[in-house]
Order: sequence, then C-alpha cells, then structure tokens
Amino acid sequence: MDIAFSPEELTFREEVRGFFDEQFDDELVSRLRGDNFKAAIVEWQQRLYKKGWIAANWPVEHGGTGWTPTQKYIYETERSERGIPGVIPFGIGMVGPMIYQFGTTEQKEKFLPGILDSNTWWCQGYSEPGSGSDLASLKTKAELDGDHYVINGAKIWTSYAQYADWIFVLVRTSNEGKKQEGITFILVDMKTPGIKINPIISIDNEHSLNEVEFSDVRVPVENVVGEVNKGWTVAKALLAHERTGIADVAQSKRNIRLIKDAAAAEINGGKRLMDDAGFQAKVADLEIELMALEFTELRTLAAMAAGGFPGPESSLLKIKGTELQQATQELRMETAAYYQGVLPNNMDPEVLGHSWTHEAFRNYMYGRAATIYGGSNEVQKNIIAKYVLGLE
Amino acid sequence: MNFDFSEEQQMVRDSIARFVQDDYDWDTRRAIVASDTGMSEKAWQTFAELGWLSIPFAEADGGFGGNIVDTMVIMEEIGKGLVVEPYLPTVVLFGGLIARAGNEAQRSAWIPSIIEGSTSGAFAYLERQSRFEIADCLTQAKAAGDGWVLNGEKVVVFNGANCNQMIVLARTAGEQSDREGLSLFVVAADAEGVNRVDYPMMDGQRVANITFTDVALNADSLLGEAGAAMATVDPMIQEATIALMAEAVGCMGTLNTKTLEYTKTREQFGVAIGSFQSLQHRMVDTMMAYEQAKSLLFKVVCEYKQDPASAESSIHALKVFIDKNAKLVYGEATQMHGGMGITDELDIGHYAKRLMMINTTFGDATYHRAQYIDKAYAA
Repeated sequence: MDIAFSPEELTFREEVRGFFDEQFDDELVSRLRGDNFKAAIVEWQQRLYKKGWIAANWPVEHGGTGWTPTQKYIYETERSERGIPGVIPFGIGMVGPMIYQFGTTEQKEKFLPGILDSNTWWCQGYSEPGSGSDLASLKTKAELDGDHYVINGAKIWTSYAQYADWIFVLVRTSNEGKKQEGITFILVDMKTPGIKINPIISIDNEHSLNEVEFSDVRVPVENVVGEVNKGWTVAKALLAHERTGIADVAQSKRNIRLIKDAAAAEINGGKRLMDDAGFQAKVADLEIELMALEFTELRTLAAMAAGGFPGPESSLLKIKGTELQQATQELRMETAAYYQGVLPNNMDPEVLGHSWTHEAFRNYMYGRAATIYGGSNEVQKNIIAKYVLGLE
Repeated sequence: MNFDFSEEQQMVRDSIARFVQDDYDWDTRRAIVASDTGMSEKAWQTFAELGWLSIPFAEADGGFGGNIVDTMVIMEEIGKGLVVEPYLPTVVLFGGLIARAGNEAQRSAWIPSIIEGSTSGAFAYLERQSRFEIADCLTQAKAAGDGWVLNGEKVVVFNGANCNQMIVLARTAGEQSDREGLSLFVVAADAEGVNRVDYPMMDGQRVANITFTDVALNADSLLGEAGAAMATVDPMIQEATIALMAEAVGCMGTLNTKTLEYTKTREQFGVAIGSFQSLQHRMVDTMMAYEQAKSLLFKVVCEYKQDPASAESSIHALKVFIDKNAKLVYGEATQMHGGMGITDELDIGHYAKRLMMINTTFGDATYHRAQYIDKAYAA
C-alpha cells in the first residue's frame, strides 16, 4: 500500500512535463480551436506517436507504451492540468485493442500501423436507429456472396463519421439462436460504394454525430475480426475498454480548476463568487467525489496491470465518471450566469463581455450524451447487478 | 504505486476475521453488550494474546512497529464484526498519545501494559459546550507545588466507564477556546476526586461523564510539554479519524454483503426480491458507495504514510464522503430488510447505529466540509 513516486517515476514526470511544454504549443492550441479540428488533432496525435506515447494502454509488442499504472496516472494528471485533449478514442482506444486481441496476423500488419500513426481515422458502427441500449437487437445485416459480405442497414450516433477512413461495424450474419449469437465484427472502408453519411446536429448545435447508411456495401470476408457469428465477444471486450476511458477523471479535474478560477473572478454584490459559502460547498463536494473516483480508477488500473483486461468493474467508472462530468459541467454553467446561454459565435470576447462560456456551453450540452453512450448508465447498472453482484 | 497488503497484514486480517467468525457471532456480541461492563474481558485478553494490541507501537516500546496501513486493516475488520471492545480508545487514542508525547518513563509505564491487556485507556477530550472544537476546553489544571490540581468535567468519554487510566485534556493557561495553553495529563480512574457516571450509547459503547474535583496530580502526570497539547492532539485525532473511517468502511461492506444475501433469498410475490430491477440498481449504488469510500480511504492512508501533514485535506474529504455514503448504505440496508430491518433483534440496525456514531465522532460532514473549505479556498 504505497503511492510514493520512485526516482524513476519522478524522472518520468519531468519528461512528460518537458514534452508537453515543448510540443503542445500555442500555435497548436489555436489550431485546435479553429476550423480544421481534424488536421490539428491528427497533428497532435502524430507528435505523441513520434514520442512513442500514442497508445498508453497497449502492450509494448503492438506499439504501446507498456506504462505502469503510476506512469499512466502521472501522464493523465499532467495532461489534464494543461487542458490537453485526449487521444480520439475510436482507433487507439477501441478498434486497435480488438485487432491485436482477436485479429489475424494480416489484420494486425494492415491496420495497427495506421491506427498508431493516426493516418487512418476510425469511427464506430454500433448503435442503430431502433437499437440503442439493447445493442444485441441490431438488424444491420451482412450476407455472404462469394468472398464478400454484402451489408445493408444503418448505424447511428456515429461520431466523426464525416472524417473517417474506416468504420468498425457490428452486423448480423445469422438469425439462429439467441440475439447475441449471429453477430459479427467487421471492418469497412468508408470509401466503399453504397455508404451514405447523414449529419445529425446535436443539442450543442454542433455536427459530430451522424447516421451511416449501408446499401449493398461489399466487404471482403478477410475484414471480419474474430470468428463469424462470435462478434458479441469482441463487442463486449471493446465496450469494457471504452468504459474505462469514459470516466475521464482528467476532464473533470480540469473543469473544477476552471470553475474555481472563474468563480474567483466573478463578483456578486461586491463579493467573489468563490467566497460564497453555498458555492464553496458545491465545489468542495465535487472535489471530494473526484478524489474518490480518481483512486477508484487507480485501483482499477492496478488491478488491470495485475490481471489483464478490464472487467465489469469498468462499469462503475463509467457511471460515476459520467455523473461527475455532468455535475462539474453543470456547476461551470452556473458559474457563467447569464452568459451560459450565449450560443457559440465568433464575436470578439471584448465586445461580447466574456471569453470562456462557449466551451462551458458545448461541454455541458454535449456532456448530456455521456450517461447515454457506451451503454447507458442504467445498462451499466444491469451489468454490475448481474456480473458483480450475481443478481438475476 | 501499489494497493497490496503485506503478508503480515493479510495474516492479521485473517486472524481477526477468524476470531469474529468463531468467537464473536451475533448472539455473543449481543450478550457482551448487555453485560454489566458492556465489553468482554475474555475477548480483550484474546486480542492481547494474538498480538493485536501491540501492532501500532514502536518496536523500541515493545510493539510490532506497525504503521497506518496496519491500523486500517485492524479497524476495518473490527467494523465488519461490529466489535465493541475498546481498541480505538485504548490502543489508538490512549496508547497513541503516550507514544507521541510520553517520555521514556511514561512510555515504559503504559505501553507494555496496554500490549499485555491490563491497561484499559481513554482520552477525555470532550466537554458539554465543545461540540467539535476540541480546544474549547474549560477543565483546568493549576500548578500546585511540584504537581497540579485538576478541576472540571468531560462528557461522552469513550471507554470512560471501563478504563483504569485516562488522558485528560485540561487548560493550564489562556482563555476558553485558545489553542495555546492546553496540556495533557495521565489520570488514574480511581484517583481521589474522580467521579464517573456511565451510560450506554446507541452503538453499544459504554461511555462516561467524568468530573474532576481537586484531583491532585504529581509532576509525572503531565504528558508532553505544558501548554502545547494541541501539537500532539491534532495529529492524533487525524490518525484516529483514519482508523475510525476504516471501521466505517468495514461496517458498510458487511451491510452490503448481508443485504445482497438477503435479497437473493427473501421471496415476495413468488420471486426473490433481488430480481427486481428497482432494488438491483440501488444495490449497485450502495456497492459503488462502498468501493468509492474504500478508494478514498486508500488515498488518505497512502498520503498519511508518506507524510501525515500532507493528508490533512484528504482526511476532511474522507469524513465528508463517508458521512454521505454510510447514510446511503445503512439507509438502503434497513429499507431492503423491510420490517426486520427496524428490529433490535437483527444486526442491520446495530451496524446503522455504529455508523451514525462514527459519522459524528471527531466532527460530522458539515464540520469537516467547512474545515476543508477553510484550508482549500482561503482568499
């Protein structure tokens, strides 16, 4: 029972700080806020790749860092303190681990390099119109025709499909047996004829979500990951990875820091908002919840380091992490008072009267999705009840 | 970084768990609480024989040389078994104060006798007006010749009814709430002028209100430097708070386990009530409350082990967090046990009452939140 950093870990922390200070420069920060988000985030990820830090959770033999839980903690802490965005999850966090865990040698050779160097942008084809939390009810179907599968159907809530080169898709290849049987995990080139992207504007007035339609989309059979009709196993393993990342303690930590900074500058009746006892209590309770969550995540990381892949316990991180994200985003909106309602625009902050409220608006609004995606929090509770508590 | 327990820690944990399972079942515990003293001398001697009373003390003082992690392990098991014997008052508080502030003569006078189980101790710090401000102290010790004369009253003294020695916080200088001018004295429970009125608390503890009327103390009774008691008491209370929070986590874990078992077997409407989603989701909430409380306890313990001063904010945070989450856990345990949950016969309500006492001891959530805010957000 010990969290003291060793001399090697302190050296590592210096290296992380040095790298961030040098590589996450002002020019990149302004590009990330600009019109070409994709180019800017890819540029950042490629800087991480060159440093060898793109895949914190991957094993070394596949190009990962091989970091200990403590190193991951140090990295995340330093990252959050600087407001540096996390790696886009669909390649590194989701499909990559499925390919090295379940894929063939050819698939690993073909896909892992593009995921690591960020030259391939991935998106996720899981949910369908009519099939959300009941993921296994999916209907998008793939029929064998020679050495190809022919895919017909639609996927929805597909983040950044408009940027994507490839999509990983859960398709139905059989209607026999239970609905969880007969699902297959397959990789599809977004340039294949028959794929149509319909944008969905979300509650934050932004376009990140899409519906992706498949009409007679022909995909080579060698793009199946794992066994045909056994895709549910892959799907669940991926969700467990996804959930661990969703907790995003780092984001909430940063939000609380921003709330405190903002509340120190907000004046109400001649008094700093940060000196209001009721407001202080709200901030304190959030900080305290976050401390508990941070150490729950550390315990999970340590358990993963000992036992391999994340289990149903990752559902706990998903539930508490997203609840806390929403609570911090809500308090940040409250801190903004009237300005919380200003729609993002390009007005000069000097003219508008405020500078940080656009980000608060976007985070709060899009943050409503966090308790829904990755399996809604209610589904996570079903998972814990069944697999951890043994309740049927 | 690791969250592993040493082999010795696992052995201690197993040995307490075995004791609770074999020698401290619910009927035994009920009988002990209902007995004249409200504790079992036999159980205490077992604690001594198995070495549990020696664990936090330095090897130089005849102890095992354990640290805060060892104390956490012990207290968590005490919480699981709802053990009523005075480990916290005697070993953690009385023993801890002697170990921290005692000179060599005082340490050798008391620590070996705590370890062998013959000294039963208490720390008399609370007064009727003081609520959670320990320095709000009216009890006075005046210099008289080579020694002191003690006058005043302490209330709700844990183990106050059964202890044979106590450490009394008394004012030797300054005004009512001054943090300076307080001193600690070791006082024999049977000294002339000491009068105890004992009574039971809802969690089965026997406590006492103790009055001191012209109690004559010799110079050797003074523990540590006169007037500087808070330099010892503050860190001591922090350590005892961690120990108490470990006990709370133990209580919460047992409540969850018992409630889960119950809902798997209790049938209503022809099915086990644990099959109802409304109950399942709430049991997930209590499971998460427990796991998160444990995580925060680990954070505090790790920080304290590294540098006690660095853990101050986290200790306040832990007290706030446990307060809220213990209430959730015992509230749900009581509710899900239905009518049986509100009986005296079933253990559930007794765990709830222990957690309620733990929540108020050394300051409740309101108090600790204010302390946290004072330190963290000072303008």
